[in-house]
Formats: sequence, C-alpha cells, structure tokens
Amino acid sequence: MTTGPAADELARVVRDHAGRLAASLVSLLGDFSAAEDLVQDAVETALRRWPVEGIPDRPDGWLFTVARRRGLDVLRRQENYRSKLAQLQWPIQSAPDDRLRLIFTCCHPALAREAQIALTLRVVCGLTTAQIAAAFLVPETTLAQRITRAKRKIAQAGIPYRIPQDDELPERLGEVLTVIYLLFNEGYLSSSGDRVHSRDLVDDAEWLTTLLAGLQPAEPEIIGLLVLIRLHRSRAAARFTSEGQLVLLQDQDRSTWDHEAIAAATALLTRTARRHRSPGPYQLQAAIAACHCEAASWEDTDWQQILVLYDMLLHLQPSSVTRLHRSVAVRYVQGADVALAELDHLDGELSNYPLYHATRAELLRAVGDPETATAADRRALELTTNPAQAEVLRERLATH
Amino acid sequence: MKYVLMFVDTEEYTKEVEAMTPAELEQVYDRVNQWFIDHAAKIRSTTGKLKGAATATTVRLDGAEPVTTDGPFMEGKEVISGFTEIEVADLDEALRMVKTWPACPIVEIRPVES
Repeated sequence: MTTGPAADELARVVRDHAGRLAASLVSLLGDFSAAEDLVQDAVETALRRWPVEGIPDRPDGWLFTVARRRGLDVLRRQENYRSKLAQLQWPIQSAPDDRLRLIFTCCHPALAREAQIALTLRVVCGLTTAQIAAAFLVPETTLAQRITRAKRKIAQAGIPYRIPQDDELPERLGEVLTVIYLLFNEGYLSSSGDRVHSRDLVDDAEWLTTLLAGLQPAEPEIIGLLVLIRLHRSRAAARFTSEGQLVLLQDQDRSTWDHEAIAAATALLTRTARRHRSPGPYQLQAAIAACHCEAASWEDTDWQQILVLYDMLLHLQPSSVTRLHRSVAVRYVQGADVALAELDHLDGELSNYPLYHATRAELLRAVGDPETATAADRRALELTTNPAQAEVLRERLATH
Repeated sequence: MKYVLMFVDTEEYTKEVEAMTPAELEQVYDRVNQWFIDHAAKIRSTTGKLKGAATATTVRLDGAEPVTTDGPFMEGKEVISGFTEIEVADLDEALRMVKTWPACPIVEIRPVES
C-alpha cells in the first residue's frame, strides 16, 4: 500500500466497510472463517484495484459485490452457504450489535493474545495479513498460521459468536480494551519504528475505541481509553523533528499541540469521571496524560497530582512498568535520590527493559553520578529495538 | 457441544489437601459433590475421542480471579487427577461451569470429537 492522504482515505474506507461487511456475513453464514475469507478476498482486491481505478462511489457496495460473487464461486458445492449467500441482498444491513459481537469473538479469552490482536485487525479493521505482519515485525507466514489456528479454534472449540452476558461483560470488555490498548501502544511506541505502519495502528485503535464507545456509551473505561488515545494524538505534531527525530515530552514545543483537541478530550474525561465514583486504569492513565497536556511547560507540570494518580493506578494494577513511570513523578515531588532508591527495587523485573536503564541514567545524572549514568544509557541503547529511541540515547551519550 | 473437563492437581494443592483435618477434607468432598449435583443435567458419561491439544482452553482458579488461557496446561509438576464429560451449548457455558469448580486449581477444557 502506498502512503499519503489517498492511502489514509483508502485505509479508512476499508476499515469502515470491511468491518460492517464481515459482521453481516458472519451473522448470516454463522461461519466465522468462511465469512472472514470472503471479506479478506474483497479487501485484497480493493487494495489492488482502487489505487489504479479510484475509490468507487459506493465502496461498501463494491466490496459487497466482490465478496458475494467470490462466495458463490468458492462455495458452489456447499448448498447451505450458497442458498444463504443468494438471499444476501444489497444494501447490506449490519446492526451495530453485529460488529460488537465480532470484536468480542476476536478477543475471546480462550484465544492467545497475539491471535486476538491479529484477528481484530484483520476481521474488524480489514487489514491484510501482510500489513499486520509488517506492523508487528513477524514473518507473514507466521502471522497467517496464527490466524488460521485461531479460526480453527473458534470453530472446533465452540467459541460462540455473541456479546457476552451481563455477568461476564466486565471481564470480556477488559480483554477487548487490552487488545486495543496494545495496538495503540505498538503504534505509538512502535518497536519497529516504521512510522507508516505504526500510524495506521494508532488510527485503528482510535477507530475501534470510538466504535466501542458508540455501542457501549455508558462504559467509563472505554471513554478513558478513548481520551488517552486522543490526548496522545493531540501532541503528535511535536513528537518528531522535521528530520524524523524523536522529541522527549520535556523538550516538546507545546505551541504545536492541538489545544482544541486537548480541551475536548479532557472535557469528555471530566464528564465521565463525574458520573462514576472510582475510575479504572484507563481513566487514570488518561488523567495523567491530561495533567501533562494542560501544563504550560515541563516545569509547570502538576507532579503532585500525577503522583496521586500513579498511586491510584498502582493500587489497581501493581506493575513494575507503572512503578517505573511513577518514579519520574517521585523525582519532582520528593527528589531524585528517593526516585533512584525506588528504581533499585525494580532491577530484577525490569533489567531487560530499555526505559528502565534510560530513566535510571537521568536520575543518576541528577544526583551527580555521571559515570554510572553513562553505563546505564549504554545498557538502554543495547536493549532498545526502536530506532528513534536509540537515536535519543546515542545523542545523550555523545553530549554527556 | 461435548467437552471433557480435566481436573489438574498442583504440588501446592496436594500439600494443602494433605495438611487438612478430616473435617476440612469432608468439606472439600461436600463441595465437589454439590458441584456435580448442581451441574447434573449437563454431566455425561459416554466415551469419546478428544479433539487435538490446539483446541484446549485452560482455566486457573488459584488467583484472585479465574484466568482463562489458550492451550493445554504446561507445567511438568501438574497431574490430571480426574475428569468428567459435559454437554453444553458452547465454550462460554463450559467456562462458566468451570469457574465455579470448588477443588483443584486448574481445569483444562477439551472439546470431544462429534
């Protein structure tokens, strides 16, 4: 796929219409795998032909026609599908619930996490195997096997195509939000550093969350994740220099942030928080992002508030990565030596995590131990797989 | 759909059971019996061939919340200590049943070939 506005538009069109088409085909055929194959076939044809012939006036109608024709062709011998496909009429009717069912099936807890992500991107967002493989830096054959195995498990293990019942919904919604959060993180922090693909993943994450929010408007954690993604996106213009170098938050030109988007996102978060007493992890992370977005400068950041929010987050999700991020707030509230002492507790769990060593290096410099700091930065550089992050570290090593 | 539930013992659980008083042990048996009574309508006792290990789903019940994962159980120190066959609508119904299981901490769910 080529890059640029035309490709973005194409990606959006495919995502909007392939997901709807998949939902209506799965609910009609009752066979996840067969429906998914038909949609992917239509998507691949579209990706080949639209850049040459132009995007059709009715992209959904176009995808429908290709999928239906292909389906009648492939499934000629299967009378059951053939008669069902023959009944399928234009325009397709896809209830919002159908797409919600599709997301819940793709993110079923009995599927491995990688399979949940791959299936969601492929079936709900319409990405091809090649695109997903490129985004996650795995060989296309590996990814294709992963998808095939997941589809087989859905059919053979009896994973149902439905929205979970009320008592199961919180756990299952958690799975769905985790998958979207991982997509967003992969896109935002991209281990591959391929910004063409990673930008697509952030788009997909925001689109999926918006879809979920439309379908489940009363769920505060969906809004939390949506606000988190939108706040990060609102700072996107300041994240890279014109040469493509990563700019750390403290050095970013805050005048290039999208302040209108920030105001809208924080207002949405405040409205949601007002309705619910105890915020979940996504709302807390969004609130931390909002503190950064609302500060006029790095020095003006309300670290006290951020520390409180991290403490609440740790209470819900006691993870070493959260502790690592919290240590930055500890530095500005209680001092670099206190923050450094806290990091020492994390050494065992995070010794292979590049950000741990990079954060430690900054704190060591702040307490006046430049030699140990240099060693820590070197270790971070060895460990990182992200080219933009590596460049920041190299520059720091050169100037200190 | 038919599934076999395989009940898996861990070393910790075996030790826990060994340390129990006769009265505590009785309570465990009562809870297990009650579970079978509660789900009697769904319990089957036929023979059959299991589908491949790739279709397995495992539920771990020894944490704060039950954890569902893809695949069969993997640890070398875990042993199947019993099994039962059930007939339910789909995997979600099997999962709901398994999450109320009162004894050993791991249950593997495997569909039966039809």
